Order: sequence, then structure tokens, then C-alpha cells
Amino acid sequence: MPESKQVYLYIENLTKHFGEFVAVRELSLEIIRGEFICFLGPSGCGKTTLLRAIAGLDPQSSGSITQDGKNISNLPPSERDFGIVFQSYALFPNLTVFKNVAYGLENQRISKAEIRVRVSDLLELVGLPEQADKYPAQLSGGEQQRVALTRALATSPGLLLLDEPLSALDARVRAALRLEIRSLHQRLGVTTILVTHDQEEALSMADRIVVMDQGRIEQVGTPEEIYSTPASPFVADFIGVMNFLKGEITSSETVRIGKDSLDCDTANIPRGSKVRVTVRPEDILCKESSAKRKNANSFLFKVESLEFLGSFCRLIMSGPEGFGKLKADLSTQQFHELNVTTDSTLTAEFPLRNLRIFPESS
Amino acid sequence: MTLLSRGVLGLAIGLLLAIPVSAETLTVYTAVEAEDLKRYASAFNEDHPNIKIRWVRDSTGIVTAKLLAEKNNPRADVIWGLAATSLMLLQSEGMLQSYAPKGLGKLDTKFRDSANPPSWTGMDAWIAAVCVNTVEAKRYNLPTPTSWMDLTDPVYKGHLVMPNPNSSGTGFLDVSSWLQMYGERGGWQFMDNLHENIAWYTHSGSKPCKQAARGETPIGISFAFRGAKSKAAGAPLDIILPKEGVGWDMEATAIMKGTKKLAAAQKLVDWSITKKANKLYNQGYAVVAYPGIAKPVKHFPTGILDAMIDNDFEFAAVNRRSILGQWQKRYDAKSEAK
Amino acid sequence: MNSAVSLSMSAAPPAQRIRLSLDDYALRTGLIILIILLAISVVFPLYSLLSKSLEDMDGKFVGLQNFREYFETPALFTSITNSLGVASSVALIVMVIAFVYAYALTRTQMPLRWLFRGIALIPILAPSLLAAISMIYWFGNQGVLKSWLAGASVYGPIGIIIASCFWVFPHALMILVTALSTADARLYEAAEALCTPKWRVFWTVTLPGAKYGILSAGFIVFTLVITDFGVPKVIGGRFNVLATDVYKQVVGQQNFEMGAVVSLVLLLPALLAFIADRWVQRKQVALLSARAIPFQPKSEPLRDGLLFVFCAIVAVILIAMLGMAAYASFVTFWPYNLTLSLKNYNFDVMDGGGWEAYYNSIRMAIYCAIIGSGFIFFGSYLVEKARGITWLRTILHLAAMLPLAVPGLVLGIAYIFFFNHPDNPLGFLYGSMGILVICTIVHFYTVSHLTCLTALKQLDPEFEAVSLSLKTPVWRTFQKVTLPMCLPTLLDVASYLFLNAMTTVSAVVFLYSPETMLASVAVLNMDDAGDIAPAAAMALMIVYTSAIFRVFHALLARKLNRRTQVWRHK
Repeated sequence: MPESKQVYLYIENLTKHFGEFVAVRELSLEIIRGEFICFLGPSGCGKTTLLRAIAGLDPQSSGSITQDGKNISNLPPSERDFGIVFQSYALFPNLTVFKNVAYGLENQRISKAEIRVRVSDLLELVGLPEQADKYPAQLSGGEQQRVALTRALATSPGLLLLDEPLSALDARVRAALRLEIRSLHQRLGVTTILVTHDQEEALSMADRIVVMDQGRIEQVGTPEEIYSTPASPFVADFIGVMNFLKGEITSSETVRIGKDSLDCDTANIPRGSKVRVTVRPEDILCKESSAKRKNANSFLFKVESLEFLGSFCRLIMSGPEGFGKLKADLSTQQFHELNVTTDSTLTAEFPLRNLRIFPESS
Repeated sequence: MTLLSRGVLGLAIGLLLAIPVSAETLTVYTAVEAEDLKRYASAFNEDHPNIKIRWVRDSTGIVTAKLLAEKNNPRADVIWGLAATSLMLLQSEGMLQSYAPKGLGKLDTKFRDSANPPSWTGMDAWIAAVCVNTVEAKRYNLPTPTSWMDLTDPVYKGHLVMPNPNSSGTGFLDVSSWLQMYGERGGWQFMDNLHENIAWYTHSGSKPCKQAARGETPIGISFAFRGAKSKAAGAPLDIILPKEGVGWDMEATAIMKGTKKLAAAQKLVDWSITKKANKLYNQGYAVVAYPGIAKPVKHFPTGILDAMIDNDFEFAAVNRRSILGQWQKRYDAKSEAK
Repeated sequence: MNSAVSLSMSAAPPAQRIRLSLDDYALRTGLIILIILLAISVVFPLYSLLSKSLEDMDGKFVGLQNFREYFETPALFTSITNSLGVASSVALIVMVIAFVYAYALTRTQMPLRWLFRGIALIPILAPSLLAAISMIYWFGNQGVLKSWLAGASVYGPIGIIIASCFWVFPHALMILVTALSTADARLYEAAEALCTPKWRVFWTVTLPGAKYGILSAGFIVFTLVITDFGVPKVIGGRFNVLATDVYKQVVGQQNFEMGAVVSLVLLLPALLAFIADRWVQRKQVALLSARAIPFQPKSEPLRDGLLFVFCAIVAVILIAMLGMAAYASFVTFWPYNLTLSLKNYNFDVMDGGGWEAYYNSIRMAIYCAIIGSGFIFFGSYLVEKARGITWLRTILHLAAMLPLAVPGLVLGIAYIFFFNHPDNPLGFLYGSMGILVICTIVHFYTVSHLTCLTALKQLDPEFEAVSLSLKTPVWRTFQKVTLPMCLPTLLDVASYLFLNAMTTVSAVVFLYSPETMLASVAVLNMDDAGDIAPAAAMALMIVYTSAIFRVFHALLARKLNRRTQVWRHK
């Protein structure tokens, strides 16, 4: 993250209606200059609407947007300072790669020679110097995406908006482009907003992630914060894989799950409240069933099925009443050590520091 | 590109709006056969090169109906070549400008409105006739009809065609003559019987004869001039003048009241009664308004003057609307009548 | 009440309005101008028609008096039954023939499919009158094959039905070909895997798949036939139909009020067919998923052979229709002098406007093609691309859809009432070439509009957003991207307008003046005057011209394709 934390884009109380439907609800957000930020959420959460409001393509119903100290809330898109890349790339199919990239430049008072140099440089930067005279249809999906990116950057915008730019690509290309976009961002330092529903993409690319649901921000934070300390059950569920255990607070340090009791930090939730305890599969410690239950938070589980996922193995287990189907991840090494098969019995331990608790109502 | 397309658009719109504007263009409504109109106009232009004629041509009935429909917003300047009965009707509606053209005195007095100055002046008479295709008549074993009454004979069933009087002036003069010859009741009775034999009614007065000429139907009730022409073109036709007598009407000329080009209109009407003009009319019509110049028309049936009935134009004009209404009520329901 | 409360509660920020850019103003102005133009050329005339039907001859309001009078006249009432009977018979016959023909073209390996496809489109090049004229030469009283009718007269329902079948055939065929081409091969593979007998596959997969195409084609054929008056005018004899009634009332008797009434009656079935067709179209959308795999027909000698014979018979009939008219147009004096000559092409000595009419038609067709395609494309662009102001775009789209529901005949009469009204400042258009061009463009507006819209919808909807982000004005993107990409479509629309302008009769027959006589109207008038051979000759002139234009269009499109559509080829 950049050193000087200067706010570049400030969104205040932004609301967007589509008829009766409220797509974005009184949302406020600060984005730092040079930051790479991701809007993450399920489809319909309002992330694209927010992006289009920032671009001025679908103007907000109320609220304001300030970019670089200037209120842009009422400006038409053509007077705002941004470059945009869409999921479909929206490359002009009848223009060559060169013409596509030069499109925005040709409208500024720049000489032809200068345009030529700038476009060549940019194509060099994204590794497409050979493709300048080809038409988009002659390029692969990944190459098209890079052209779209180059076109958006050609006019040196202060803000780069990426609307699900990778979702039309296959997995391998997607992974490569993630890295490429990230390094491009680091080189150019342009403030970038990426809209995605792919948590992996968000976690791997963003400086900060804005998790959204139903038109509201659920949480803003670094990928690590979002993953390890989700602010709500929604975030917990949406990012990564999570086990939810329904329970009731029995004391300031214990929660009752079914007939068993689990020690954990109850975060001052009043006794008797219904709660959900969350734990990540990889945070559950599995041991041989014969191992002694040293810790109070250890229970016996029976393996019902297992999924081999390459670097690790996920177990689906059933145990004491109230725990439901529990997912736990084992490293491949552990998996072999414990010699796990379907129907084997294991002791699962729930480490205190990895348990988070949410009131049931939220 | 946009400049180009804008240019094309502008050009196209310009062309569209460039309606020729000439002060000396007369809008002339007529029911004269199209093939004659060019001759008339060019002969007129020999004497008056700076008056252009803009023809609006249709069947008699249609031109009449059109003139009536435009009564409050007239578009015609002159009517040159419309049935006198129609002009009399327009006169009674107060739509004509009376004018005594130069040389009016030389015309046969039958060929002018009796009022002074007259509302209309006649050109020629056109006369009903029956065109019989001899080849087809033989094929179907049809006897050659000699009278109107013959045509009601069931042997002719489906072999007769006649014009619809609502649209055709020829059709109307037929109907009007039958009503005059046979009287109100007798006339309609005759037409009821005739209707049984009619294959179809045509829109135009010349079509029955043209169809007879082509053998599409053996017998067409039409007018003599058309028959003569088709016969000249090589059609195996007999042109029959029924012995009871034949109906006829005059083609006549008049100026529309309210025309903005009165002077030019008067010049045209002056010219329309000259000897030169009447000679033109004589190419198709055996009887013309200017006495003493008529020459016989090739293939025109002989004895036509004797066959012409003593036409009561007053009767025809006054009753035109009611006759046509009656006719339509009785026979326009063609499909039912079978 | 509710909104008032919520309004007072959310007092703080007033509803935000984004400032409009120059582009926005330009597009909005364009939208409003086009809406006004369509209002003038469609909505107002139809309103005049409606109000005329409620007036007496002197312009006094008489309520439904005219309608009462109409429905009390048995003669006019029979026309309704006649019209319905003829239209449904034609729809039935054409649908069966066209379906088999389309099936042979799309679902078999029958040889010479390209040729059969080409032949089937012949009738599109000719005015509907041509078929009727040709019928007279084949089956009329002097017809070559008169004996085939076993004494029945071709003048009447028989002639109308056969001639109508001829000219509507390609319209039905094109829809059915489209419906049958979009089959999902996976369904057939599944059926085959389940060992389903062929006839059952046909009934359970093929037919249901083409169901909406069949319905849609049926509606179109029905509407075309019921509103066409060229054919019944020429060959109807004593058999009256609604369309000829209108013509008789308006042209024959200048009885405009009654003409208006019959027009409105005629509007009814057309409107119903339109609504039904829209409904069908909506259903069709969901039918074919994007993942469908195109069906590749296999060769089957017996079936292909039988279908070949069938198609050959149909093709021969189509060619015979055209060929007879062509031959007859060169015959000096049918049937008594069969030597060939160009006498019938000497239009200048005949009723009907002469060669001038022919040149007028070409002029009008060119105007329609250029002006029409320009306006229509621009209109569809605004409907698809103007930002915000959805309601204005919806209005424009609805106005553009309206002409499809209005038969040409009705449109023509509506134009008389509207443009010939003494108080109308646009009255100068009446009797000019302008009104013919406007009327023809409007008559064929909807199909062109939908064609353009389809082409525009295939473009990425974000082109404009990208341009805005690149600070490029909308018009530049229109010119550099949208227009070049849609050029083939634009050319198709121009060609469609040209061909229809050449052949249309129904609307313009009420609007031509002596200076603007058109070839297609001349065909009608010459037949009316009994000059059937010259009428055939003029109809053939239209066919020749249309055919040459088609070839020209194909060449141009190909050249254009090579030059500007490089990007389509990988």
C-alpha cells in the first residue's frame, strides 16, 4: 500500500434505486490514491451498480462522489476521469488492435507520431507488440483482455475501473492475467477498482477488499483481515469455506452446542442468546481418536466422505449432535500419517483463538 | 462519412421538394382516353406554348366523384372532356364558372349549355355500342344480338360484360338510356334480366370492348369509338348498334369556379371549341360539336346518327345520384345475385 | 399519499440529476424529432381515419352511424365472409406447401437446394398483380390451360386463391426456413439414441420446434392476403372482398366516410394477426438456448428424391407464373396474333402513365432506400443506444412497431384524410413524390426497424460506455464503429425498401398524382382499362428492375464485405 494515505475517491451516502428496487443503500467509502481495491460480493449485491455510478454511466439516486478533491456527482461520464474495462472487453471489432488502443488518444490534440509511440509502448508493456495490426477476433481471449486494458490505460486516466474483467477466461489464463494486472498496477500506480464475484481473485489481487451484500458494505479490509476476522456471518460464509455451529451462550466463556459445551470468547453477548460459532476447516486440528482429549474443545467425529483436493484433503465428518456436517482440512502429509479412510474416527479440536461468534439474529 | 450522408440526405430532400412551379400550368380534369390526351395537349401547345397542361385522368364516374369530393377545396382549373351530364350536376352544385368562349356561335346549339353565358360547351358525342367477338360468338354458338332485349336471352348467360355506371360514364349513359327508353319500371326490369347474364361489371367503359376484342368474353357493352379502335387493331369484332337506339353523352368543357388562373383557363376553353380542336375530336368521334367538319371514322358503325336516342340530359343529370344509388343497391351485391 | 410522506421524510438530499453532455442533448433531440415525425406520418393519419369514420359527408360527427349503415348492407357484409374465407384458404395451402419446401431446403441433402431457394424468391420481385395477370393467361377464358378448371371460372375465389398463393409463398417460406434452420442437433441425437421412429421424431421434435415459426408465418400470410387488393381487383370478377370494397368506396365513388369504415374493419383482422404474431415472437425467444448445436442433415436418397420432385413441381409452377406473363407481354395481340413484338411495351400510348410511371417508380424506390434506411437506422440506434430517458425510447419503439399492424390500404386512405385536409400545413405534400416516399417508408418501417435493432443488439452494449470513458463523443463512435459494423444490415434494409417500393400498390394507389404515377399503379390501371398485355409488360419491367437491383445489391454487399468486414474473418 502507498505511503501517503491520501483519499482519492470519496463516496458519501450513495443510494441507487431501480424503480422500487434499491441496488445500493446509503453507502459511504474512502479509496486511497494508488490503491488496488476490490468490490466483492454475490451477483446482485450492488457492486457493479456502484462501479457504474462512479463512472457516471448509471447515475446515483442520491449521495455524492468526490474524485481527487472535486465533486463529480453530477458530471456526465465524458467529463469524469476514468478508464474502464468490461467483462465483454467491448473491443471495437472492426478496428485493429492499434486503432482500438489509439481510439481515445485520437480525440485529444496529440500528433499522429506521438500516438504511434504511445500505443507501441503500451502494447509492448502488455506483451502484444506483434499484434497491432490484427483484429480483435483474431486474438485469444487473454490477448483481447490485455488490449482492452491497454485501451483503458492509453489516455492515462486517474482511475481504472475493471468490471469482472477476467470472468470470461479459463482458469489458467485467468491466473496469469491476475498477476499481470497486479504488476501493471504496481508499475503505473493508477488507483484501480476491480469488481468481482470471485473471492480468490479479490484475495490475490486487492490491497483492500470491500465485501458487499444487498447494496450495503459488509466489511472493508485487507484480504488477510477479511479472511481471518470476518465482520459478519455473511463475510465469513462468502470468503473461503466456513463451518457454522448453532449454539447458545451459557456463560461468558462457554457456548452450548447441542449437548456439548464449547469454550470460546463470547464477545460480551448476553447469556442465553442464540449464536453461531464459526471455524475454518483448516483451523480444526484433527488427531487420532485414541489421542487423549487434552483440551475441552475436542470431540470425536466419524469421517463420512473425503475430497482429495491436491495439496490438502477435505473431510466431511459427523460428530456430536448440533455440530452438523463438519468440514475439516488436512494437509496431504497429515492425511497419510493419520491413515484416514471413510468411516475412520478422529478427534477434532476447535482452537479457542480461531473461533468467532455471531449473534443469531444478524 | 457523416458529411457525405448528410449531403445525400439534403440532396434527396431537396429533390423531393423541388416540385416544378410554373404560373402557367393548368390542372385539367378529364375522362378522355389516355392515348388521346397527348395529341390534345401537343396540338393545344402549338398555339399556346406557354400554357402547360397537367392532366388528371380517370373514368367519368371517378372524375365526377372526385370533383364533388373536392367541392370545398377544388384542385382543378378546367374540366376538358367530361360527360355533359356530370357537368350539369356540377353546375347545379354551383361549381362551374360560366363563360362564353370566342366562336361560341359557330357551334351546333345542341352542344352547349342553353344558359347565357353557358356553363359548359360540348366537344363531341360518344355513343354506346355492343362489341361482339365473332370468333368467340361462333365458338359458344351465340346468335348475333340485334337489340338490347336480345341480350337478356339466357343463351348469353355469363358471356356479357358491361361497365359499372358508378365509375364509368359509358355505363351511366347506358343505364340512363334504358331508363329513358323503357321507362322507370321497364328499365329496371330490363336491367334485372340483363344482370342475370352479366359475367362481371368493369370499372372502366372501354374494358368490356377490350375484353371482347381479346376474346376474354364474347360480348362487351361499351362505346362505338372503342370498338372501332380495337377493330382497327385487328380484333375480330362486330360493332352492333341495338335497334331500340343507343344512349349517348357529350364530352364537354368547363371552367371551375374559383380558379386562380382564369385567363389561361379561358384561353384553353376558347381553343377547345376551335375547328382545329374539333378535327382532333373527329379522329375518334363521328359526331362533333363543330358542324360540317365530321369525317367518317374507320370501322365506325354506319347509321349511328339515326340510332342515337333523343337524350334527355336534364333527366340524366338530375337523377344521376338516385339512379346510381338504386343501381348499386340492386347489382353491386354481385356475389349474392348468382 | 405514501410518496408524500416519504418525500417529507427524506428531506436532505434532493433527487440527483446528472448534468447532460452535448451528446445527451443531441440524442434526445434526435429522439424527439423522430417521435414527432412518426406521429405525423403514422399516428395522426390513423386518428384522421378514425374520426372520418365517425363523420358524415359534411364533416358532422354522427357517432357510429356509418358503421351501422355498413353492417346493414348485406353486399358489404358478404365481403367479410369472402375475405376471411379466401385468406384462411390461402394460409392453409401456402403453409403446407411452404413447410414441405422449407423442410426440403433445410433438413435434407436434396440436390440443387440453392437453386430452389433462389426460384422460391421470384415472386418477391413482382407486384402481387403479376400473378393474377398470369392466371388470366393460363386459366382465363382464352387461357392455355382453361380446360383444367373443368368449366369453373378463374374469375373469382379460385383465381384469387391461386394467385395469392403465388405471391405470398416466399414470405411464408422465409419464415419457415428460419424456423427450421435453428434446430438443436442434440435433440435429434437424443431421439436417435432412444431409437425413436422417424415419423415420431418429426411429430415430437421437428414440428414443435418450428411451431412458432409456423404460427407466425400463418398470421403473416393471412394478413397479407386479407389486405391485398391487387389480386382480387384483377381476377376477382364478381367476387367481392374487403380490400376491393375499400378501393371501390374511395376511388370509385369518392365515398371517403364509408371507405374509412371499411378500412377500420380491415384493420381489425390485421391488428389481431399482429398481436398474435407478437405474442408468438415473444414465446420463440426462449426456445433456442445459446448452447444449441446446429443440426447437420444427413442424406437419405428416397426422402430426398421425393422432396426433389415436390420442389421441382413447385419451382416449375413459380417459373410458369412468371414465364407466362413474360411471354404474353411480348405477344402482339393475344390470342389472335401470336407473333412476338414490343408493341405492349409502348406504354406512352396507353392509359397508365407511360414510361414516366416506370421512371417515377425507380426514383421513388431510390428515395425510399436512401432516406428510409437512414432514418430507420438512426431511429433504431436511438431506441437501442440513447442513455436514460427510457420512456422516450419506449415511445419511439412503439411508434416504430405500429406500422406493421396497419395494412397499406388503410395507411393510404389515412394519408388522404390527413394530408389532404384543407387546414393541414403539410398539405403541399399531397400529390407529390414526397408523400409516396413517406407512405412507403412508413408502410415498411417496422420490419426494417426490427432488422436494424437486431443488428444493433448484436453489438456490445458497452461500446458507448467505453467511448465515454475515452472522452470520445457518441457521434464519433457511431461513425467509426456502429455504422461500419451495421453496414451490411443497412444495405439489406435499403434493398428491402427498394424492392417493396417497386412492387407496392396498396398504399400508393390512393396517393399518386398524374406527375407521380408509379409503375405498379400503372399495372393496375392498365388492367383496369382492359390493357392486360401492357399491364403484364409493365409488371415484367418491375421484375427485371428488381432482379437487376438484387444482383447489384449482392455484388455490392460482397465487395463491401471484403473491404469493411475483414474483422469478421478469423
